[in-house]
Amino acid sequence: MTDTREVREHFPADGATPVVEMTGISILFPGVKALDDVSFRLFPGEVHSLMGENGAGKSTLIKALTGVYPIDSGTIVVDGQPVSFTGPAAAQAAGISTVYQEVNLLPNLSVAENILLGREPRRFGGIDGRAMRRRAAELLEGLNLDIDPGSLLGSHSLAIQQLVAIARAINVDSKVLILDEPTSSLDADEVAELFRVIRSLRDSGVAILFVSHFLDQIYEITNRLTVLRNGRLVGEYLTTELLRIDLVQKMIGKELTTLDEIGERAHADAVTADRPADYARAEGLGRKGAIEPFDLVIGEGEVIGLAGLLGSGRTELARILGGIDRADSGQLDIAGARTRLRSPRQAISRRIAYSSENRRSEGIIDDLTVRENIVLALQADRGWFRPIPKKRREELAQSYIQTLNIRPANPDALVRNLSGGNQQKVLLARWLAIAPRLLILDEPTRGIDIGAKAEIQKLVYTLAENGMSVVFISAELEEVLRLSHRVVVLRDRRLVADLENDGLTVDALLALIADGSVDDEAPLAPLGESS
Amino acid sequence: MNPTLLRAVSSRLFWPIVMLVILVAINVVAFPDFLSITVTDGHLFGSVIDILRNGAPTFIIAIGMTLVIATRGIDLSVGAVAAISGAVACSILLGSPDPGAVGTVIVAVAAALVTSLVLGLWNGFLVSVIGIQPIIATLVLMTAGRGVAMLITEGQILTVDSAPFKSLGSGFLLGMPVAVVIGAAIFVVAALLTRRTALGMLIESVGINPEASRQAGVRARVLLFAVYTFCALSAGIAGLILTANQTAADSNNTGLFIELDAILAVVIGGTSLAGGRYSLAGTLVGALVIQTLVTTVYTVGIPPIVTMVFKAAVVTAVCLLQSPATSAAVGRLRYRISARTSRVKEAAAS
Amino acid sequence: MTSTLDRPSSSASIEPPKPLPPRSPIGRVRDIFTSPRSGPVLVTALLFVAVFLIGGARYRGFFSGQVFLNLFVDNSYLIVLAVGMTFVILTGGIDLSVGAVVAVSTMIAASLLQSGWSPGVVIPLILVLTSFLGLLVGLMIHVFKVQPFIATLAAMFLARGLCYVISKDSISINEPTFVALAVTRIPLGGGLSITPSVVIALVVVVIAVWVLGFTRFGRTVYALGGSEQSGILMGLPVARTKVIVYVVSGFCSGLAGVLFSLYTLSGYPLTAVGTELDAIAAVVIGGTLLAGGYGFVLGSVLGVLVLGVIQTIITFEGTLSSWWTRIFIGGLLLVFIILQKVLTARRR
Repeated sequence: MTDTREVREHFPADGATPVVEMTGISILFPGVKALDDVSFRLFPGEVHSLMGENGAGKSTLIKALTGVYPIDSGTIVVDGQPVSFTGPAAAQAAGISTVYQEVNLLPNLSVAENILLGREPRRFGGIDGRAMRRRAAELLEGLNLDIDPGSLLGSHSLAIQQLVAIARAINVDSKVLILDEPTSSLDADEVAELFRVIRSLRDSGVAILFVSHFLDQIYEITNRLTVLRNGRLVGEYLTTELLRIDLVQKMIGKELTTLDEIGERAHADAVTADRPADYARAEGLGRKGAIEPFDLVIGEGEVIGLAGLLGSGRTELARILGGIDRADSGQLDIAGARTRLRSPRQAISRRIAYSSENRRSEGIIDDLTVRENIVLALQADRGWFRPIPKKRREELAQSYIQTLNIRPANPDALVRNLSGGNQQKVLLARWLAIAPRLLILDEPTRGIDIGAKAEIQKLVYTLAENGMSVVFISAELEEVLRLSHRVVVLRDRRLVADLENDGLTVDALLALIADGSVDDEAPLAPLGESS
Repeated sequence: MNPTLLRAVSSRLFWPIVMLVILVAINVVAFPDFLSITVTDGHLFGSVIDILRNGAPTFIIAIGMTLVIATRGIDLSVGAVAAISGAVACSILLGSPDPGAVGTVIVAVAAALVTSLVLGLWNGFLVSVIGIQPIIATLVLMTAGRGVAMLITEGQILTVDSAPFKSLGSGFLLGMPVAVVIGAAIFVVAALLTRRTALGMLIESVGINPEASRQAGVRARVLLFAVYTFCALSAGIAGLILTANQTAADSNNTGLFIELDAILAVVIGGTSLAGGRYSLAGTLVGALVIQTLVTTVYTVGIPPIVTMVFKAAVVTAVCLLQSPATSAAVGRLRYRISARTSRVKEAAAS
Repeated sequence: MTSTLDRPSSSASIEPPKPLPPRSPIGRVRDIFTSPRSGPVLVTALLFVAVFLIGGARYRGFFSGQVFLNLFVDNSYLIVLAVGMTFVILTGGIDLSVGAVVAVSTMIAASLLQSGWSPGVVIPLILVLTSFLGLLVGLMIHVFKVQPFIATLAAMFLARGLCYVISKDSISINEPTFVALAVTRIPLGGGLSITPSVVIALVVVVIAVWVLGFTRFGRTVYALGGSEQSGILMGLPVARTKVIVYVVSGFCSGLAGVLFSLYTLSGYPLTAVGTELDAIAAVVIGGTLLAGGYGFVLGSVLGVLVLGVIQTIITFEGTLSSWWTRIFIGGLLLVFIILQKVLTARRR
């Protein structure tokens, strides 16, 4: 594995010793190696970011460091001492504090209690409320936060709650402060405020591990980066020495499996022929806090690839098109008719299917059989009192098991007992069973084996040939390029480019994903707003 | 182990049936003629028939409860609904000039069932529209319901003298007690309604994974209304049987603790309180286990009310068996064994 | 390390956040009433005053000190039960066993006292036994992840069943010390008096207020109801706390049983059926969120008083039948549940 690593030995320049040194960490989950021989260092007085896409192992690594997950092999050294944390409390005692994305505080208690609970000043055997509020007020003042320590935490905005969480972390005398996507729900001013606090902490010698999906923020605040991919270490870099495009490339990586059966799509016809008739047309469609208003046209039989990093808005866009989340601005025309999608149900009745990226939590119904999972959406659309005849159900199940090569080929098997790839195929079968006119696939190929991946890609290709419109999301750019007629690029919750897939290259896409600046030599011509 | 046997053991019905068989065996040992059934006047009599008849109300409610629990819900108000249903029927019978007429009884029964239906819609409304946790939403009716029943009966125990009504509780139809026939009919209706239509699959789907079901277009709201209404309806029917059995509506005691017995029957029958896959046949076995337990305790000579101690033991045992901590412990054990064997294999290979 | 934060921030260009604009007095009052913490309690307090005033206006002799004190005298056991239930519900749990535990406590008290045991032995023994039952329930919930509803249901069956194991019939108590304690009235001057039970109940309330408000255990109880996951991540002793609340509830049920047997001077297997519903209703009407996290012991006491005053009014009314109590309780329960739903929904 060492060949893929680029660990630079020359920093930090002054040869300081790391406050955290994790070496050769591996964590096994049932059937998956979540972390495979990963090493990670954190120095005092730096802001260090952990980068990677879905399944890269970022959160697993953080949880290993904070004692939530036990490690299967490797060593963790904190302050020169080998440690083995039994839980978050132990990690905290060793000076490692974490502020999670979903603020993990207690909305029903006061700000002061949230900061000091577990370490509250005491008097006469009880908690000294006054001393506690005084201490909390001091800490809040240190963060320049003017709120009443006695007020309920839940009455404050998420941004303030985030800062309260940091105040709590500071009080523990943290040597290490982990900020897991602290900015995902903050606006620009709030981010600036957070960064002010981060810098101030950094200058006082705290080591800060900062996780964010926003590249601008990463380049603004961090000193170093560690990149993970598929549970493995890609490398450790100085932020100033790593170009954005290189960073994105390292995060996404190059998948080296080529699928010869499909070959290159005949792009020529996509460009030379007339544009296909529009199936869906979105104008100014958007949702606050999820995706900025965007314009998008989807032609019949067209495959649109969505490219962008995790958190770029790719999933959010797809969820709005699929009726999972409601848009709060703009309009959508489906097959020429103005449409408002208020629920997945309405989308399904218009033959729009959205297949979630979260296969287990939002996709399959794991205790139902393969057959039941396949007919579920079709049956829900027909209503409960019009059951699909038994024979027809059997036919549907058998035909999809065969076409998609679902294994085991047993319609009565519980879906929970299938492998990830086969579960994905069952989910696909469910959506194909409603004969969709627009199929939205959110990372259908993530975490499944190469064989299943190739089959799914081939299927998308064939479906589009037969006139189905497809929106395809994947973190693997080769896959996106191989399948799509057009590629839509998203960054920081904004649609930044809409390109014909005519001579597009991975490098060009990487450049767009990284910072939106198109290289001069790259033959790119963004489409007009809605040409 | 041969495959058939293995499948039988891993079936969810296996342990409940084993429990039932053991209970029956105890009875047979204690009373050799436990299983004997005699025919008098074309009616069946015997301990088994008694168990079926006395267990019918619990079983009927448990059928409705099974569907509610399958959606991740619970209905605590069934006992109160049973009391209200009985109160409505009896007060109408008493208020009419001719309580013994079949027409009057039909009106009374219909009114009681409509009332139950409305109460079920109320529960469904609180759960699916207002979005209150089921245990809390149905607690309201559980608390107020007996008061409402008393309001209807004006605090009296209404004793009725109506032969057609009485036959609901103690009459015979086709040789079997009417209560048992009604129970069987509801079982068949529920089974057909949920398994011949797509209702059952959709209920299970919502119970297993509400968000994935939403994304698949399943309308949970309609389903919740349906199950709570059906559950209240079955509680109403059980209430009528109980009332007819005593030929009196007793607002305080009709269906007291029956919600607990019904939940217990569902749980013993292998339907998880966490929702999802349900088994009406399992519930039938569960109800039989409970009623046989009660009978056994009685016949063995222990004061009947002490059965509660046995019920406590059964609830505890079933919960501990279903507990994720238990299955995790078993899983760890299996993992350790398989890890050890694979390690041994690896060692042997190298 | 925090001292270093006090020095001027390195990025002076960024403005500190603006303080919130001062709220108008009306806005403040509205904030207090719409807060899930204080809103329901205030509504309950107003409700109690209103009902009491209505009673005073309608009936002669209602508006007297003794009528008020009798609310405590008649409901001292329910106050103790509600205190224990408050602990449990604050964590997001529920305890259905309390009524049955009260009954079994009266049975143990009556049978042991009648066979010549000293109250000085019997009362501590009851408290130890019921606390132990609470411990078993707590362990079942924590270790085996059994839903509180089911675990306490099992405890309820067990306790009710044990009542009948002790005796099928009512046992009256005529042990002299116990009877003396039961008939004692503590004069408060002006012709007013209370019973020792009231004193015991109030002592329990004071201790509970202190424990919940001012100890780490108490705050962890609230934390559990707020978010168990957060509590774990904050390094709080979540597991221990979760088990102990059921021990507290068991202890309170045992004590309530002792007070109840002082009140009735007997033990009866079918006593206190449905009392768990009264205790839950009192806690909820007292402003404790059924999902946990918000609520006060004093609110629960207020809840008991509301139930008591409704009962008193119905007694005074004469023509109004007793079953209206249940309907009123159910109605109030519904109102408060919906109120809680509205107040907490606003915040998400």
